[in-house]
Amino acid sequence: MKMKETNEAGLIARILGGEKELFHELIRPYERMVYLTLFSIVKNEADAEDGAQEAVISAYRHLSSFRGEAKFSTWLTMIAINEGRKRLRKAKSAAEESIEEEAEEREGDYTPAPLTDWREIPLETLERKEIREALRSAVAELPGIYRQVFTLRDLEELNVEETAQALGISANVVKVRLHRARILLQKRLVPFLKTTAPARRGFFGRAS
Amino acid sequence: MKLECKHVWEHISEYIDKSVDAQLREEIERHLEHCEICAAILDSTRNILVLTADERTFELPVGYSKRLHERLAKELEGPEEDS
Repeated sequence: MKMKETNEAGLIARILGGEKELFHELIRPYERMVYLTLFSIVKNEADAEDGAQEAVISAYRHLSSFRGEAKFSTWLTMIAINEGRKRLRKAKSAAEESIEEEAEEREGDYTPAPLTDWREIPLETLERKEIREALRSAVAELPGIYRQVFTLRDLEELNVEETAQALGISANVVKVRLHRARILLQKRLVPFLKTTAPARRGFFGRAS
Repeated sequence: MKLECKHVWEHISEYIDKSVDAQLREEIERHLEHCEICAAILDSTRNILVLTADERTFELPVGYSKRLHERLAKELEGPEEDS
């Protein structure tokens, strides 16, 4: 990790020193992260891609203002979030937006789906389209504030502090939102996965 | 017993992240040993997180990286003249 950061700092210094082409290299490890961040906000592939391009260009143009008080990945995520929010404001009426903001105030039901045993669903089931679609739509259906925290923490693997910094919220709020996001996903997906993707039957001699 | 399960559920996310303190962790683990419901909830949640985080679940649009670098290359060639 330390090594990576040192390399990055070196790269940034060289880019600012005039080796502009190196920006391609600097950004490459974060392409997926930038896209997912945009997608978690705009929820539309084409818009997320456009936004990701804008965010990367913006990062390039403002690179000299990166001071290293945050990690480069966090700084870049903040730019991506701003770009996403800008697009959302354009697309959505103010009324819709305030509904989304209210989500946290509402006392929802954040109890997990009860079950008495769970047989691990192997990664191979992801070869099946309907499984991937179910996972994606469960994430898409999360209230926006939960989806964004979930994306940064569980898909992009930012830590709690980085997520808090990028979204401009406290670490505690990150934890609450993440908890709710995960429970909502469990509740939504357990019934589906249980019936459509049983782990290899017969593995424990239970073949029908 | 019911109340205890609810207590475990409230900390499930932090337990997964290993950010509960040692005492609570021990309490949860003791509970999990004899409560098949909480054990199954924990296993299913973990499993779902692993499936969701897999790169195949959220795929990038085909050609995304190529288009991104082309756009960037244009930008690097020099600032666009607005005139």
